Amino acid sequence: MTVPVLSVRNLEVEFLTRRSTLHAINGVSFDIAKGEVLGVVGESGAGKSVTGLAVIGLIDPPGRIAGGEIYLSGTRIDHLPPEEIRRIRGKRIGMIFQDPLTSLNPLYRIGDQIVETIRTHLNLSETAARKRAIDLLAEVGIPAPEKRIDAYPHEFSGGMRQRVVIALAICAEPELIIADEPTTALDVSVQAQIISLIKRLGRDHGTAVMLVTHDMGVIAETSDRVAVMYSGRIAEIGPVQDVVQNPLHPYAKGLMGAIPTLAGEDKRLVQIPGSMPRLSAIPPGCSFNPRCAFAFDRCRVERPEPLKQGSHAVACHLYDTAPNETAKETAA
Amino acid sequence: MLAFTLRRAIQAIGVMIAVGVIAFSMFRFAGDPVNQIVSLDTPAAEREAVRKSLGLDDPVPVQFARYFANAAQFKFGVSYQFRQPVSNLLMERMPATLELAACATVFAMVFGILMGVYSALRRDTFLTKIFQAVSLIGISLPTFLIGILLIYLFSVTLGWLPSFGRGDVVRIGWWTTGLLTLSGLKALIMPSITLGLFQMTLIMRLVRAEMLEVLRTDYIRFARARGLTTRAIHFGHALKNTLVPVITVAGLQFGSVIAFAIITETVFQWPGMGLLFVQAVQNVDIPIMAAYLLMVSLIFVTINLVVDILYTIVDPRLRSTISRPA
Repeated sequence: MTVPVLSVRNLEVEFLTRRSTLHAINGVSFDIAKGEVLGVVGESGAGKSVTGLAVIGLIDPPGRIAGGEIYLSGTRIDHLPPEEIRRIRGKRIGMIFQDPLTSLNPLYRIGDQIVETIRTHLNLSETAARKRAIDLLAEVGIPAPEKRIDAYPHEFSGGMRQRVVIALAICAEPELIIADEPTTALDVSVQAQIISLIKRLGRDHGTAVMLVTHDMGVIAETSDRVAVMYSGRIAEIGPVQDVVQNPLHPYAKGLMGAIPTLAGEDKRLVQIPGSMPRLSAIPPGCSFNPRCAFAFDRCRVERPEPLKQGSHAVACHLYDTAPNETAKETAA
Repeated sequence: MLAFTLRRAIQAIGVMIAVGVIAFSMFRFAGDPVNQIVSLDTPAAEREAVRKSLGLDDPVPVQFARYFANAAQFKFGVSYQFRQPVSNLLMERMPATLELAACATVFAMVFGILMGVYSALRRDTFLTKIFQAVSLIGISLPTFLIGILLIYLFSVTLGWLPSFGRGDVVRIGWWTTGLLTLSGLKALIMPSITLGLFQMTLIMRLVRAEMLEVLRTDYIRFARARGLTTRAIHFGHALKNTLVPVITVAGLQFGSVIAFAIITETVFQWPGMGLLFVQAVQNVDIPIMAAYLLMVSLIFVTINLVVDILYTIVDPRLRSTISRPA
C-alpha cells in the first residue's frame, strides 16, 4: 500500500481558557490517499474546521495541538518550527476558506496576490509567475484571464472570487487541498460549479482533498469517503455510498434521515433530539449518549473506539459485538 | 475621478465663502474699526474722511464683496497695530508655522506608526507597556505643560536646547527656513515634540487598534494559509489596510496642528502665525484675526480635499464607486 498523502493519528486539539481546558478534538484518526476526496461532515462545533486548521498548522493560541501525529506523505508535520510549516502552507497544502468575499485582500489586484504566492513558493521570475497566474485563472474558469488578472477583488462576483481563491490554493501544485466549507457562502447554482471544479482539479492533478462541510448533498456528490464528526470525534468513517445509504452510527443515521429527498413520500424529516454538548460539558462515555435512542449503560461510562465494520469504521458500542456476547454467555 | 475632484473642489469653495462671511462679520461685531485707527481726540469730520477712505460707508453687501474679492487675492487689508498689509505679515510668519507643523506631523507619523505597529505585533512585551504609558501621558497632559517641562529639563537644567525662538534662519526667496542651520534644527526639536506628542499618541493608538482589527480578518488568515512570510503579511497586507483610516486622521490632524500651534508658539516664543494671532487678539487687530481665520480654514479645506483624493489612491474600491456614481 502506498503512503497516504495525509495521515492523521489520534489528533488532539485543546483550547486553554481561563477556567478550564476545552478539548475541541479528541483522538481523531484518518487517512486521505492521493487523488481521494474525503468529506468531513458534522454539526457546527463538531471540530471539522479545527481539524483542517490543525493539519495546516494554523491553530492560534489559546488553542494548541495537544497530542497525536500528522503526516504529510509520510513526513511528520505537526511539530515543525513555524518557519518550516509556513513553507509547507500554500506549497504542499492549499487551503480554501468559507467566505470568498473576505478571503482576498481588497487593496491588491488579484494578479498581485497570486504572483506573490507563486513567488513565495516557487523560484520563478515576475513574468513567469504572471504567466503561470494567467494559466491558473484560465484553469479555474475565469473568462479572459489576461484582462481579469489586473482586476481588484471587489470587481468579481462571489463565485468568481471563490475561483480566484481556489487558483491561489493550487498555485504551487499542492499535494493536499483543505476546503473549509467552500460553498456555504455561495448560492446553489454556483455551489455546483465550484464543487465540480474542486473535483476536477483533484482528479487532474492527483491532489488529495479534505472537504469540510455540513452539506450532505455536497459530500454525496464529491467525496470518495466520508467522515462523520461529532463533538471532536469521528463517529463513523467509510466509503460515501455505504455511509449515506447504510449508516451504522445512530448519529450518522440521524444525519442521513434529515436529508430531504425529491423522490421520497411526503413525510416529516427525522430530527435528532437535543443539541450537541458544549465543549465545556461533554458527557462521560460516548458523547452522543444523551441524544441517542439506543444508548445503554455502557455508553454512559465507556468511550467507544472506532471499530472496523465491513467497509466502515464506527465508534459505537452497539457494534462492539464481542463483549456483548460474553455478557450473554455469563447470563445464560 | 475628475468629476469627483471638481465636485469636491466646488464644495470646498462653498465652505470658504461661508468662512468669509464669518470673518467679515467680525469687523462689524467688534466695534467701529475707525475708533481703533484714529486717536481719541480726532474730530468727527476727520473720522468721516477715514471712514470714507476705507470704504466703510458703503452698504454692507458691497463691503463684503470687496473684502472677499480682495481676500481671494490674499489682500486682507492693513493691520491696525503694525500699519502694514496683513498679507505681508502673514507671509513673513507662515514659513515658521508651516515648518514647525510639518516637523511635528512627521514626528507624530513616524513614531506613531512605528510604536503602533510594534505594540500591535508584540502585545505583551515590556516595550509595549512603556509605549502605552507614554501614549497615556501624551493624551492627558496639556500641550503647554509638556512644553514647559521640556524647557525646564533640556534648556534650564541640561542647557542642551534653546528655550525660545527659531535660531538662525536661511532665506530662500520669500521663505525662511531653520532646517539648514544647526541652531535652527536644535530650536525645532522641542516645539515639534510638544506640538506633535498628542497627534503621535493618537496615531499610535489608532494604528494599534486598526492593526489588531486587520490581523483578525479573513484575508490575513488566508494570507497565512497561502504560506506568505510573516513580514509580507504584517507589512505588505496588514499595514496597508491599516493606513486607510490613519490617512484621514493624520490629514485632519495636520490642520489642527497648524491651528493649535498657537499654544506651542506662545510657550516657545516661536515667531509664527499663531504668535501673531495671539498678539492680534490682545490688541483687537481684527484684520489679522479675520485673515488668520481664513488662512486656517483654507488649510483645513485643502487638506480635506487632498485626503479625499488620497483615499481613492489607497483603496481601489472607492475608485470604482466614484467613477460609477450610484
